[in-house]
Amino acid sequence: MKTAWIMALALLVTSAFAQPAATQTLINGAGATFPYPIYSKWFDEYTKVDPEVRFNYQSIGSGGGIKQVTARTVDFGATDGPMSDEQLKAAPSELLHIPTVLGAVVATYNLPNSPKLKFTGEVLADVFLGKITKWNDPKITALNAGVSLPDQPIVVVHRSDGSGTTYIFVDYLSKISSEWDKKVGRGTSVNWPVGLGGKGNEGVSGQVKNQPGALGYVELAYAVKNNLPVASVKNAADKFVTPSIASTTAAAAGAAKSMPDDFRVSLTNPPGDEAYPIASFTWLLVYRDQPNELKGRALAKFLWWMSHEGQKYADDLLYAPLPTPVVKQIEAKIKQITYQGKPLLAAR
Amino acid sequence: MAVVAAVPRVEVQAAPRNLGDQVLRVVLRAAALTLVLLVLAMVVAMVHASWPAMRAFGWRFLVSSTWDPVAEQFGALPFVYGTLLSSLLALLIAVPLGIGAAIYLAELAPAWIRPPIAFLVELVAAVPSVIYGLWGIFVLAPLLRVWVQPVLGKTLGFLPLFQGPPYGIGMLAAGIILAIMVVPYITAVSREVLLAVPNTQREAALALGATRWETTRIAVLRYGRSGLVGAILLGLGRALGETMAVTMVIGNRPEVAISLFAPGYTMASVVANEFAEATSDLYLAALIEIGLLLFAVTVVVNALARLLVWSVGGPVKAIRE
Repeated sequence: MKTAWIMALALLVTSAFAQPAATQTLINGAGATFPYPIYSKWFDEYTKVDPEVRFNYQSIGSGGGIKQVTARTVDFGATDGPMSDEQLKAAPSELLHIPTVLGAVVATYNLPNSPKLKFTGEVLADVFLGKITKWNDPKITALNAGVSLPDQPIVVVHRSDGSGTTYIFVDYLSKISSEWDKKVGRGTSVNWPVGLGGKGNEGVSGQVKNQPGALGYVELAYAVKNNLPVASVKNAADKFVTPSIASTTAAAAGAAKSMPDDFRVSLTNPPGDEAYPIASFTWLLVYRDQPNELKGRALAKFLWWMSHEGQKYADDLLYAPLPTPVVKQIEAKIKQITYQGKPLLAAR
Repeated sequence: MAVVAAVPRVEVQAAPRNLGDQVLRVVLRAAALTLVLLVLAMVVAMVHASWPAMRAFGWRFLVSSTWDPVAEQFGALPFVYGTLLSSLLALLIAVPLGIGAAIYLAELAPAWIRPPIAFLVELVAAVPSVIYGLWGIFVLAPLLRVWVQPVLGKTLGFLPLFQGPPYGIGMLAAGIILAIMVVPYITAVSREVLLAVPNTQREAALALGATRWETTRIAVLRYGRSGLVGAILLGLGRALGETMAVTMVIGNRPEVAISLFAPGYTMASVVANEFAEATSDLYLAALIEIGLLLFAVTVVVNALARLLVWSVGGPVKAIRE
């Protein structure tokens, strides 16, 4: 028994040394947890494209990602919410936001027979403010003609852990409701006026499932995978849109025309008939002027690959791919990445 | 009635004669010192990191109930309250259960039944806390909501402790989950303590005509009192610091509510929940100050418990009645 252990250990040690360490470039990153599944898929697939480059990504949360990339302890960061102006100023040199995929946040609920429900942003805000407390409130029934809603209190469930999902949801409510904006505001954690907190998507959906009359919010991908009932929400074009991958991509397409040059944009409540209004980019954070030529070039090449070939993996993992006009804008941005002032990607 | 006095403790202090002894002494002293230094370093690091929050809020941090990361207003009262109340609830349930089980295992149970039960108890202690948390959400909370809370509300609803809508999730659920997690610790350690009580104690009591219960109470429990308190403190330590299972069932609402049905929050949970995404310096400092507070609360609670034991008659002393 003991010798078996020693043998295994010896094997481990020799295999660790046997890696062709000399030719490989290791690029370290850290940040958002929400896009972790697709990032690890990309990093895995990319080893087939460029076997010389390996990525190591720690999904420690957006806050940690911003902190580590600012301190230059990692080569790139990842975040679900754009960095603030102060945060960008605190960075040692200019940081670029590169959108990678999109996610959406959906309202899910526990009602008998799981009817299809419709909400407006105003009604969602009033429920989460504690102003609408019953399912048969006239404001809800007016939107859902034909659905019999019970005379039951609404049990609000929200995320208890700091999360990009929360940020997207309250960012949307802040845009729709001035009262929400004043009283609660936006952040990865907020001071919720009412409700129970659940840890993670699984915590929220677990509480919703076990609490008749509950209403909570989770990521679209999580809701689809677990077949949760989801509400359609009225968008800026006054259309009720069911959350889906297509309607999430449509949200980015709607916002593409007014896209700011640095991509630091909130996609919630965008224009467009098909756009689902509670959607957002998730970003990678990279320095415009790379400190290391080898790593910088590898990173720029990877960014190009993920915004083109890499996008085909999004659907399977239930992320919404970037719309074409945004990819064009990203191409221009990636070409701006330099090493000592010289662009790292030759003209394509 | 005078029962056997405990073995007097003799301080053995051999003078270091040879090199080996001296080396051993230095090494062991270094080990002990390292522990002390580690604790001190932790305190210094936490005070340093939480300084911005201490400067901004001062003592208000301890009495304020506002926790608003957006407006950067932070107060720790609901978390301190939640930690203390959930741990107290846990001990109220777990101590009688744990020590009762230990007495049975050590004193009364037939010999063949002891090993399997002791094994199961240790197995329960090894279950990861996230499992308890999930079980809490999917089994315990619905059970409380549908059966326990309506009954409690109807019979004891006149007490403010049992009022409000039954969510299942809340302080009561947290207390019960913690009790379940703590029981195996208290049982396992108490059992060892009781087994270590010399048989002469029992024989002496029995010889004097004590009944089974009197023997257990006077000769065994009293003798092992400080060990039993140690077992309870071990359980309390786990209850105070438990994060995952509690956060999944307590409702995570930073509010001081009297009712056990209401959701609450604990110090360990809020740190675990919000640390990763705390981007502003003041926010981070406030979370670290919560960590420091948890440290302080643990020390104070432990000190109070030890004081309690000493005040009722010292750890091991001759017992006279």
